[in-house]
Amino acid sequence: MWRNSRQGWGLFAILLHWTSALAILGLFALGWWMTGLDYYSNWYNLAPWWHRGVGMLLLFIVAGRILWRLVQPSPEAHGSALERRGAALGHLALYLLMTTVLISGYLISTADGKGIAVLDLFTVPALISDLPEQASRAGVVHWYSALALIILSAGHALAAFKHHYLDRQDTLVRMVDPRLARRAKPDKTTGEQA
Amino acid sequence: MFKKTAIAALTAASLLTLAQAQAADYAIDSEGQHAFIQFKISHLGYSYILGSFESFDGTFSYDPENVEAASAEVEVDVTSLNTNHAERDKHILSGDFLDAGEYPTATFTSTGFESTGDGEGVLSGDLTLHGVTNSIEMPVTLLGEGDDPWGGYRAGFEGSAELALSDYDIDMSKFPEPMHNLELYVTFEGIRQ
Repeated sequence: MWRNSRQGWGLFAILLHWTSALAILGLFALGWWMTGLDYYSNWYNLAPWWHRGVGMLLLFIVAGRILWRLVQPSPEAHGSALERRGAALGHLALYLLMTTVLISGYLISTADGKGIAVLDLFTVPALISDLPEQASRAGVVHWYSALALIILSAGHALAAFKHHYLDRQDTLVRMVDPRLARRAKPDKTTGEQA
Repeated sequence: MFKKTAIAALTAASLLTLAQAQAADYAIDSEGQHAFIQFKISHLGYSYILGSFESFDGTFSYDPENVEAASAEVEVDVTSLNTNHAERDKHILSGDFLDAGEYPTATFTSTGFESTGDGEGVLSGDLTLHGVTNSIEMPVTLLGEGDDPWGGYRAGFEGSAELALSDYDIDMSKFPEPMHNLELYVTFEGIRQ
């Protein structure tokens, strides 16, 4: 139920995937919107408060996700050798970008040594501060890596649809249904067929 | 006879003072952080935001025998701005205000000095901030001077000026009127070179 297999993703990986997908889209939209807010907007202080808090929670989720990905088996990739290599590189880039966006965001808010209050639940301490122009430079990295992450995520989604509708593979379905991980062995009709 | 000796002694003494005073060039002690550039700007008209530029360098010239020749030159690293709030600092340094990416340096170069009394005067000069240069007048006060405990000779000043941010093409029109100006306060201790 919870664990992955070579045939599919377990429920834990599925939950991690979709929680982070939702959080990334939400944070990107929120971040874009809030940086253009007028000083007199009701959301001027509240929107960044949510952005920081949810962002820090996502940092922990992504850390857990990477750990889980490393210790658990991954389902076999579909498609040609080129497609599989592309997928591996793309996924690696997604993980790197997620990490970059989250860490750079953390470095903006902790640049002067103060921790980040996470939704009034707890405070994440500042570990690295007072680097030269830390907040401004981390801000530039944060924006461009977030933009790259969203563009690559769109490509990721398109690839999933391509596997699902054009190749008729179970790539997308197994990221939704954890029961596919419980299959005894690869299914000839949905598994390796390229 | 006595009178003559006294006059000679006095002359010698004053010449000695003059000789010492001629070495009137000072380097601002930024390294020892005996110098500060601070600003104070209203927040919504209800209170103040205080901040400082932490990194700067400069020199000044001050000769008590010839105060009208006093001058000062300061170069400020704008990116060193600190208001104790990283995200606010980032915002102030962004294109919305100081645009430190484009204009990372602010400078002040004095153009004249007018004494207004003992140890007081008005320093005029060109202040360049946000790529815009304006002439400003800054009343300054000599705080003190003398030997320091480490073999050097120091002199310290303070001064302040009010700046209209619109003079420096910084758009504050979205903010209430009290936030359109800021007060600049500087205090420099110099070590005689």
